[in-house]
Amino acid sequence: MTKELLNKKDIERILSRMAHEIVEKNKGTSNLCIVGIQRGGVHLAERLSKKIKEIEDRDIQVGSLDIAFYRDDLSIRKEQPTVRQTSVPFEITDKKVVLVDDVLFTGRSIRAAMDALMDFGRPAQIQLAVLLDRGHRELPIRADYVGKNIPTSRAESVEVQLEEDGLEDAVLIVSPEKDA
Amino acid sequence: MLKDLVGIKDISKGDIESVLDTASSFKDVLKRDIKKVPALRGKTAVNLFFEPSTRTRTSFELAEKRLSLDVVNIAATTSSLVKGESLIDTALNVQALGADFIIIRHPSSGSPHLLSRHVRASVINAGDGINEHPTQALLDAFTIKEKMGGIEGLSIAIVGDILHSRVAKSNSYLLTKFGAEVRLIGPPTLVPRDLESLGVKVFHDMEGGLRDVDVVMMLRIQMERQDKGFFPSTLEYSRYWGLTAERLLKAKKEAIVMHPGPMNRGVEIASEIADSERSVILDQVTNGLAVRMAVMYLLGGVRE
Repeated sequence: MTKELLNKKDIERILSRMAHEIVEKNKGTSNLCIVGIQRGGVHLAERLSKKIKEIEDRDIQVGSLDIAFYRDDLSIRKEQPTVRQTSVPFEITDKKVVLVDDVLFTGRSIRAAMDALMDFGRPAQIQLAVLLDRGHRELPIRADYVGKNIPTSRAESVEVQLEEDGLEDAVLIVSPEKDA
Repeated sequence: MLKDLVGIKDISKGDIESVLDTASSFKDVLKRDIKKVPALRGKTAVNLFFEPSTRTRTSFELAEKRLSLDVVNIAATTSSLVKGESLIDTALNVQALGADFIIIRHPSSGSPHLLSRHVRASVINAGDGINEHPTQALLDAFTIKEKMGGIEGLSIAIVGDILHSRVAKSNSYLLTKFGAEVRLIGPPTLVPRDLESLGVKVFHDMEGGLRDVDVVMMLRIQMERQDKGFFPSTLEYSRYWGLTAERLLKAKKEAIVMHPGPMNRGVEIASEIADSERSVILDQVTNGLAVRMAVMYLLGGVRE
């Protein structure tokens, strides 16, 4: 069973609010950059940077990070994850880096992303922005900016669809089919 | 993905594409200050080399270290092989020590295939006799794609001792799978006509073979074959089959020149060509590292 949790307009409003929160907490955009985690976080990072530019009228550097080589489940997976592009074409040492992901779940991707980021330099600070927090953390990680908290069961899956992938913006919750 | 990489002949175009795509991510890693990722941390690779090799072994070893693998090198001259141990026994012992990857170079064609049936570890062929050298073909394909934008539709000349060349064979399998026209060029003793069964064209003259090609791949003339009657002398070989600036004019203006190394300057390739802007020989070396990392990363998944 599939249920729509957020529509295009909801996502738009949430990202506007998050952009404001990022600017507020950092008192502007000085020394700030944004890095999206492949895949879902990359498009959201781009959108947040556009919104921040609308608010502050300043360009903000955006990178993308693939975490495949840093995952903690490589030695137990059957198929290795597909590797996507990593592009952090700017210095992150002494910068404040806002990591962006679509869904915060166990926290393991974020752990991997932080390790990956550290191989690029030594940021002054790493903050975390997620569109959705669905709970079920397995590591002591929390987000600084949360679009929406959604209670889910582990059996459910959360799908974030974005226009950049040729789909209508939406967040869907898919529940496993119950046996009749 | 597969357990082993023993040759290009029997793997799919999809598997090759996935290696090439992953390799470009590793190439980015190699440009960073920290050129190492934890992807295969805790696993072990054993480089089992029964033939002399500097470039390939160094490339594998560095690729392994940059994937955070633990590495052991075994060279034939120092191993129990000189005491008469069989290849399979050597491999089983290496596996008993906990090897997850066995990289093998061996003078007998088919050795990696034999080994892969006896061990659980992933076997990677680093050159077997006159059969195949799959990672060389993969790095060549990566380099061609990088420089020319693709492989399909290109004309690619491979020049030299094709008969004894595992590089030429792996490249012929790969490039024809991707829709390139492959021309094998050299004297009839080293490029027999029946190689055309590989789906390639055979040329016994440089001028005709190089005409309008996009890529010229020169092979090393193996000095150890000079006295076996395949060609009269290196001087004569060089005169007929060496790549000179004048001969390169037959190829397309933007054609690139490749060589798997180690090259004999002034024999199969003129120094002025090897050092020219057309030469991508050192790019091949750099790309080899990224491609070998990609192969090990992709073979590193868990199997039943």
